[in-house]
Amino acid sequence: MAILYIDNKPYEIPTGKNLLETCLTLGFDVPYFCWHPAMGSVGACRQCAVKVYKDENDTKGRLIMSCMEPVANNQRISISDPDAKEFREQVVGWLMTNHPHDCAVCDEGGSCHLQDMTVMTGHNYRKFKYKKRTYTNQYLGPFLNHEMNRCIQCYRCVRFYKDYAGGKDLDVFASKNNVYFGRAEDGVLESEFSGNLAEVCPTGVFTDKTLKQHYTRKWDLTMAPSVCQHCSIGCNTIAGERYGSLRMIANRYHGEVNGYFLCDRGRFGYEFVNAKDRIRKPMMRHQEVDHTTIIHELSILLKQPGVIGIGSPRASLQSNFALKALVGEHNFYHGVSDNEHDLAELAVKILNEGPVRTPSTKEVETADAVFILGEDLTNTAPILALAVRQSVKQEPSAQAVQVNIPLWNDAAVRGIVQDRKGPLYIASIHATKLDELAAATYRATPDDIARLGFAVAHILDESSPVVENLTDDQYQLAEQIARALLAAKEPVIISGAGCESDAVMKAAANISWALQKRNEQTGLVYTMLECNSMGLAMMGGHRLQAAFNAVMNGHAHTVIVMENDLYRHGNKSDVDAFLAACKNIIVLDHSMHATSSKAHIIIPAGTFAESDGTLVNNEGRAQRFFQVYEANEVISESWRWLLNIGAAMGNMRINAWKNFEDITQAIANEEPLLRGIDTITPSPQFRLAGQRIPREPHRYSGRTSMNAKDNVSEPKPPEDADSPLSYTMEGYRGAPPSSMIPFFWSPGWNSVQSVNKYQETVGGPLRGGDPGLRLLEPDATKPVLYFHGIPEAFKPLEDHIWILPLHHIFGSEELSAKSPSVEKRIPSPYILIHAEDAANLALHENEPLTFYIRHHTYSLPVKITTAIPHGVAAVPYGIKAIPCSELPEWATLKDESQINVYTHARVNVKQT
Amino acid sequence: MISIIRTMWLTFLHMFHKRATIQYPEEKIKLPARWRGRIVLTRDPDMGERCVGCYLCAAACPVDCISLQATEDEHGRRYPEFFRINFSRCIFCGYCEEACPTYAIQLIPDFEMGEYNRQNLVYEKQDLLINSEGKYPGYNYYNVAGLAVKGKDKGEGANELAPVDVHSLLP
Ligand code: SF4
Ligand code: SF4
Ligand code: SF4
Ligand code: SF4
Ligand code: FES
Repeated sequence: MAILYIDNKPYEIPTGKNLLETCLTLGFDVPYFCWHPAMGSVGACRQCAVKVYKDENDTKGRLIMSCMEPVANNQRISISDPDAKEFREQVVGWLMTNHPHDCAVCDEGGSCHLQDMTVMTGHNYRKFKYKKRTYTNQYLGPFLNHEMNRCIQCYRCVRFYKDYAGGKDLDVFASKNNVYFGRAEDGVLESEFSGNLAEVCPTGVFTDKTLKQHYTRKWDLTMAPSVCQHCSIGCNTIAGERYGSLRMIANRYHGEVNGYFLCDRGRFGYEFVNAKDRIRKPMMRHQEVDHTTIIHELSILLKQPGVIGIGSPRASLQSNFALKALVGEHNFYHGVSDNEHDLAELAVKILNEGPVRTPSTKEVETADAVFILGEDLTNTAPILALAVRQSVKQEPSAQAVQVNIPLWNDAAVRGIVQDRKGPLYIASIHATKLDELAAATYRATPDDIARLGFAVAHILDESSPVVENLTDDQYQLAEQIARALLAAKEPVIISGAGCESDAVMKAAANISWALQKRNEQTGLVYTMLECNSMGLAMMGGHRLQAAFNAVMNGHAHTVIVMENDLYRHGNKSDVDAFLAACKNIIVLDHSMHATSSKAHIIIPAGTFAESDGTLVNNEGRAQRFFQVYEANEVISESWRWLLNIGAAMGNMRINAWKNFEDITQAIANEEPLLRGIDTITPSPQFRLAGQRIPREPHRYSGRTSMNAKDNVSEPKPPEDADSPLSYTMEGYRGAPPSSMIPFFWSPGWNSVQSVNKYQETVGGPLRGGDPGLRLLEPDATKPVLYFHGIPEAFKPLEDHIWILPLHHIFGSEELSAKSPSVEKRIPSPYILIHAEDAANLALHENEPLTFYIRHHTYSLPVKITTAIPHGVAAVPYGIKAIPCSELPEWATLKDESQINVYTHARVNVKQT
Repeated sequence: MISIIRTMWLTFLHMFHKRATIQYPEEKIKLPARWRGRIVLTRDPDMGERCVGCYLCAAACPVDCISLQATEDEHGRRYPEFFRINFSRCIFCGYCEEACPTYAIQLIPDFEMGEYNRQNLVYEKQDLLINSEGKYPGYNYYNVAGLAVKGKDKGEGANELAPVDVHSLLP
């Protein structure tokens, strides 16, 4: 702690920060452009000038850039000094000389940091009378719009894109007064994090192209705190609606989970909510019916015995629980493949019963050694990949600290770090984008990856099982990894369900447990396949195959499939047979898919934007998302439909649950692993100064006109019985509790930079603590019981190929893939094989490879690489025409008729 | 008593003053050009829609009676997809006109908007748009903005330099 005098008033402050951060944390308004809390300072824009005085007798002082000056004890500074103010106004004046007269047609307007800073510095009128510089724009792909005239040369974009997110194709060109920020030529921005430029750029150069298609100003949006539904990380988002459609997703700062950033899948995947083919009306055997009828019909239908329910890893805890309550515990099945089911349960078991803690994404950023087993994080858990990118800077930047360079001094730290990287090891099936940062990579099948992992664990702790028949190379790599992990202060092991192998996940657990014995700071991260995979596993339920059996064996005839396309989780012939055997298929979902097109009864469920719910992310953190808007009279949350049906059936237990809070409390009481989830947001009765928290900014417009076309008398706004948020602009105007921040705004700070005002310290946790509740905490006292059962090394089979799924950020996840902008980035189907295998098969790039899995024939164009092992092929997961639910699996390359002959032959060979 | 007689006398004298009232509607009143009456959307000198859908009028409106949706033509020119004013709520304060950066929305000296049915006071874009530049002839927002639209490429606006040649560093 130190004392800082600002304009002669003393403040107690922590040391180690720069003056700008400190002043902002204390609540002062100091304008800035180039500094970013996640990226540090470079002192480029000269906007953050303040005066520093030698001592109390110094009256003259000197101007310094507050972002470049470390705080010191008894330092005296002035923010309001006339010289400093004039300087800041002049700097904005210069930045504005070439700035176009665009605010009216600029998508940044109303949430523009440049507007805010211009007003803050008092530069109210333009003085520049001469000609303005102009630029031509570039096409940057489906996500971002480019309008280079608006650039103020703060360099934030390239610092984020290249230095922070590791992008290669955005740069600064030309020189002096002509610098240009863009690509070498027009084309799609390659980085998976490009969307963040819309928030990082303080002006309207980079803006959200999907928002532009239904443009709405920030002040006109009805917004609610939400949680990303497109992977297991559960980044916090703000979702905004206008005129009944979802308009945008923006980052909602969370100090532990996603910080300031989102990935492009999360930011642009929302458009499925507005899709034309959304399910919007209840249908009974192709007839549209109304709400009352359907509830009545279902209450009769479901009273009969023989009803089962299939839940979903992309539905909320509340919805899954309501289904479980409606059909009964014994008739509730997880709607995931048996493998997915096992992997998720395994993760819960390891994290809940093992001694090692799972760190948050933020903690992964500060890990000084990382070993990734089997996951392609950039595609399965993008924000975690971004965190790993920061972690490799940890070890080398320790040197900067030694020579007294603070870590926020970005330019200086980068000067010291140069190209050096901390230890990162990646074992994966195919090349990953993070490989460029890795000290060593290992490309192998999941079984071999697991073997490497078990070997590392054995080197770390003799008592863990030993791996037989390792090659020298493998052993040396294992030793190298083990050494690096041992040398680290906070090593993190990352694995997950991405390569569908329990052996890999177990190997990761063994390593972390072995390491934990020597270093208590060890972390273990698992990523899951869907946004609520973890929550579903923590709730308990039977396997999907058991559901199939129940119907095939005649124990059940009616199935409720909730928010789930079974064809993504079960293999096609099984699902076909199952659905054909069901007398009544009731689908509760918001989007059409292969399963809902076979349904007899379709019930329109709300998407995340029209729903309240809780998800559990890969870290075991329960997070609540709030309804953004009420869709129409019939669309509502799956859980609400189920509660209504249950009540109509006279189910006393369900009848007692009237709203979100009731059902959440029931979950907390009845599900031991989910205890406490009712405490993560305040109850619906919560009020601040007697008022609700408004979802709309105070300058929300058009209230008396937007519905006037249909009826000139304004309708009463809906009342929210499930949360303390209101659907109007009226309510409490101060900062709401951290778990319910519908949007960031503060007087004078209209842009997203106003988040500074919501944080305890700038870049730190939100005031009142980061939201969500971690449900899985380790028990370090538990004895370590290592996993055994090390798989055999992979051996290619003649005329066969082992097919594995590869995840793609765009396309592998079901909902985001329906979004038109994301759709443009989905790869076309392919099968990736090794160059030598291709040569053996006499195949060239793009020629079709025909293969057979369980009596089904598939044919896909070949892509050739040397980056996957021999005898293995990879296909994109979740993409049309790909049998992803069957994988991983051996496929034969010979015609069906020859299979049996062949397999027999193989068995015989083995016996001899 | 005296005061009552005096009052009556003064009132009587008014009979010989010039009349302030007129025989409306037979006789029409002459209103100054800046009188704040019916709201219209005007056009550019090139007769394109002037409104660029910036939402500032809607935000300025104290009774929130303006709503619109911005959209774009294929050349990037913004215009309102729909534009609605609920005149049954409008208080004719003129804030929208003041907020408008393009002179598109203007209040004109016309107040003859009475309706029997309140619903008829909801004006859509086709009811608001007039074929005139209104009070501010000659102004074209896109001419002074940096955005390129049809007929005005980068660098062709007022007070603009030709676009920077990014390759100028190359030999
Ligand atoms: S970047 Fe900001 S200041 Fe510049 S035109 Fe856009 S809204 Fe206006
Ligand atoms: S494009 Fe934006 S972020 Fe990049 S330098 Fe210009 S103003 Fe800064
Ligand atoms: S897809 Fe995953 S990483 Fe991307 S924003 Fe959503 S939760 Fe975050
Ligand atoms: S302020 Fe003017 S340009 Fe903007 S939306 Fe209103 S009428 Fe159109
Ligand atoms: S913020 Fe300090 S110089 Fe840019």
